[in-house]
Amino acid sequence: MGSTPEGPYRLLGGRIPYVEGPLKVTGRAEYTDDLQRPGMLVGRLLRSPWPHARLKSIDVSAARAVPGVYAVLTGERYPTPFGVLPITRDETAIAVDKARYIGDIIAAVAARDEATAEAALALVRCEVEPLTEHADPRMGVGKVTDPIHARGLAGSNIQKEVVQHFGDVEAAFAGARHTVRVRGTFAGVTHAFTEPMATIAEATPDGRLTVWSATQVPHYLHRALSEVLGMPMHRIRVIKPEVGGGFGGKSDPLPHEIACAALALETGRPVKVLFDREDVFYTNHGRHPTQNDVRIAADADGNLLAYDIEALIDGGAWSSFGTVTTYYNGVLAMGPYRVPNFRYKGRRVYTSKPPSGAMRAHGGTNLRYSVEVALDTLAEVAEIDPFDLRARNALPPGATTVNQFEITSTSFLECLRTVRARSGWDSKHRRLPYGRGIGLGCGFYISGSNSPIHFTPKMPQSTVHLKVDMDGGIAVHSMQADIGQGSNTLLAAIVAEVLGVDLDRVHVARVDSDVSPVDLGSYSSRVTFMMGNAARAAAEQLRDELLRAAATLLGAPTESVRVGHERFEVTGAPDRSVSFLETLHRAMETKGALTASGSYQTHPKGGSFKGAKAGTAPAYSFAAYVAEVTVDPETGEYRVEKIWAGFDCGRPLNRLAVEGQIQGSIHMGLGQVMGESMRYRGSRLLNPSLLEYKIPTPQQMPEIEIHLVGADDPEGPFGAKEAGEGPLIATLPAVGNALYDAVGVRFTELPITPDRVLRGIDRRRAEGRAWKGA
Amino acid sequence: MLDDCLVTEMPSPDRLDFRLNGQPVAVPCAAHRILLDLLREDLRLTGTKRGCDLGTCGCCTVLVDGRPTLSCLTLGRLVEGREVTTIEGISPPRGLSALQAAFVENGATQCGFCTPGFIVTATALLRANPRPSREEIERAISGNLCRCTGYTKIIEAIQAAADAGGP
Repeated sequence: MGSTPEGPYRLLGGRIPYVEGPLKVTGRAEYTDDLQRPGMLVGRLLRSPWPHARLKSIDVSAARAVPGVYAVLTGERYPTPFGVLPITRDETAIAVDKARYIGDIIAAVAARDEATAEAALALVRCEVEPLTEHADPRMGVGKVTDPIHARGLAGSNIQKEVVQHFGDVEAAFAGARHTVRVRGTFAGVTHAFTEPMATIAEATPDGRLTVWSATQVPHYLHRALSEVLGMPMHRIRVIKPEVGGGFGGKSDPLPHEIACAALALETGRPVKVLFDREDVFYTNHGRHPTQNDVRIAADADGNLLAYDIEALIDGGAWSSFGTVTTYYNGVLAMGPYRVPNFRYKGRRVYTSKPPSGAMRAHGGTNLRYSVEVALDTLAEVAEIDPFDLRARNALPPGATTVNQFEITSTSFLECLRTVRARSGWDSKHRRLPYGRGIGLGCGFYISGSNSPIHFTPKMPQSTVHLKVDMDGGIAVHSMQADIGQGSNTLLAAIVAEVLGVDLDRVHVARVDSDVSPVDLGSYSSRVTFMMGNAARAAAEQLRDELLRAAATLLGAPTESVRVGHERFEVTGAPDRSVSFLETLHRAMETKGALTASGSYQTHPKGGSFKGAKAGTAPAYSFAAYVAEVTVDPETGEYRVEKIWAGFDCGRPLNRLAVEGQIQGSIHMGLGQVMGESMRYRGSRLLNPSLLEYKIPTPQQMPEIEIHLVGADDPEGPFGAKEAGEGPLIATLPAVGNALYDAVGVRFTELPITPDRVLRGIDRRRAEGRAWKGA
Repeated sequence: MLDDCLVTEMPSPDRLDFRLNGQPVAVPCAAHRILLDLLREDLRLTGTKRGCDLGTCGCCTVLVDGRPTLSCLTLGRLVEGREVTTIEGISPPRGLSALQAAFVENGATQCGFCTPGFIVTATALLRANPRPSREEIERAISGNLCRCTGYTKIIEAIQAAADAGGP
């Protein structure tokens, strides 16, 4: 299966079907909710109906008395705060003292079945004192009554404030020929993965706790369980079954995971907590509702002089990744163009809403929309083609940005050239009839966060273990977390590539902290880059050991022996060869099974100023997308007809997976730009279901033409960079700018729903501005 | 350890008779028991996935008398005397069906959670309409949500299976 790659490698660079595909298409892949443990109890959570309230007392005695109830827990049992970032631990497994949003967990019950658990929850009596509801982040920046957290800045609800200034922005604007400004407003959106969260926990009489959970980052869950439950990590075992999508929504350690473990410890029995879809929506951690203000200064030729950016970010009730979010909403403007002066003020404000967190293309998406719409405006006022404007300002390979990001490799210009030619841009832009339009949007993204979230103990970002025994099967262990993106397949393919063996020799073991060495998991588009390098290092150790054994068998010097297909051969004399198995058995004679451990650690990067590490990465991906749209000016409905996606992920290692990531990213980006929205009345979520929160259907998807144009990255494994998140970003501004070309309206409020399109057209006409004769 | 816990719900005296994946089955099924729960929890056929409990995602799709049906919106008792086919019943004892193989080959699975629902839906489509147009494929799968693939490769896989002669 698959195809022969173009390029120097036997497997990598081809189309490699996912190794677990046969299990998934037959329903045999095991997700957390598919697992059963003997005597397992049902865990259920009581959620706050109050947006903000002091919990004066919680009486669980009636709930505990229900026959079939094994435990009812409230927050004071495990009050140790946790959070994905060690610097902002502000969550608890179950609410302590206060409920901070509608949906906050205030009690947990374990019972013999769901009906009993529900009956018990209905008997929990809470006496509360309502506190001020904080729905609007704009009202939270000054001193407030009843701040959501005591740690808010100076009595406000500000969770994080970032102020950065490089160069002299005032002077740059004063001397600019052109200045443009976009003020963007973005509704919150959520991941909408298909698998609801699920966790099973089991405490056993040997003093150990095993947790199976639908998580993207088993290691951070492992740490949080240890901290909150007060158990050393070595007595906790975290297992990641198949995970049905995450997109960032399963990357925080989540309160229900810890509450489930607490119930297991309390009852001595296995407990399963399974979310329904409402639980998923209230847990959220999706993309932040955001307002931003992007001002750009340029000279007469369109050379960028300065960015001046502000962002106000609605964080919801917890910090989550928010400190990172706050930095990213500014610093991820630092590519793909050279910007000599940069000023940013970002604030993330707690509100009484479900927490926002990391979602695919975290921190870069809303910012990028406003920047790229501003550049489209700049191109118009400066009378420069949007492609030429961007090409003129592109960061070259080897560049260092003003805030000290290092651009190791970039094929951004190739992305631009390719989609310009393929889309027929020069004959379409401003030349299509009214109601039809074409737009360009670009982007870049980190290929893995250079800094790990935890600095202690100091250790590699990724470690991969290999074991091969006399059966000739190669077992691969790593805590990297395949959540559908194909990292298991890539891991297997890298090992097979280096050792010259067929893919079916390689078995990637399920993530299990008892045997899997630490990898920091699936976030920040780090897996291919970091796990890939670790896997390569491990496989090369094994290869070298086998080459020595083969040299002995062949009676040739080791340097003259090379890897063949399922064999080792003398360079220049392929008839002198020995099979993989024979070589393996020779190498095992004195030591038994062969093992190897490879790891990858990032090199220090970034400046020494406060926040300098935010946005640093060992490499960056680049994108240029063109979208073509058709708008019905009578109804405001529109259709994205086609997207040409030019993407630089370095060398694509599995074209099938890279295409899948780009197509899926475009789907998700279209959802945000065209219609998805977490709708609130005050801080009450109005649409917590997939019926009311609509993601695009097959009929709404455009034709997608993908061009992978990257050159090898010097540090990426086999030249690769990320392709998991960067492909989303350019989608939104490409559509926004295409709509402008179609109907002459700048849309700065997302999602761009048909009613907003109609209102925009009406407004333009009311202002007496004609567009393409209409 | 396994005392009262296993006696969760007393088996209902209501007996449900139907054919499941080609075999007759008789199980207790209370009047309010949902087909999805009956399949996943009572009969331990976990290939049918629970995504929303609201009929919005299609992950729980099974065939009832050959027609794609949302098992999360179907009372168990409604399948009395009928033929229910789950993903387990569609999968051959060894290897993969042509449609399943096409899904694997074309990269139409990512996280895989929606995949059984798509396979069930598309199997019914190809049985009824061996040469569907792209529009007919899109319409047939419009009740199944996928958040990973953007549907592109799913549609390509269904088309590939049709081109190769059926599900």
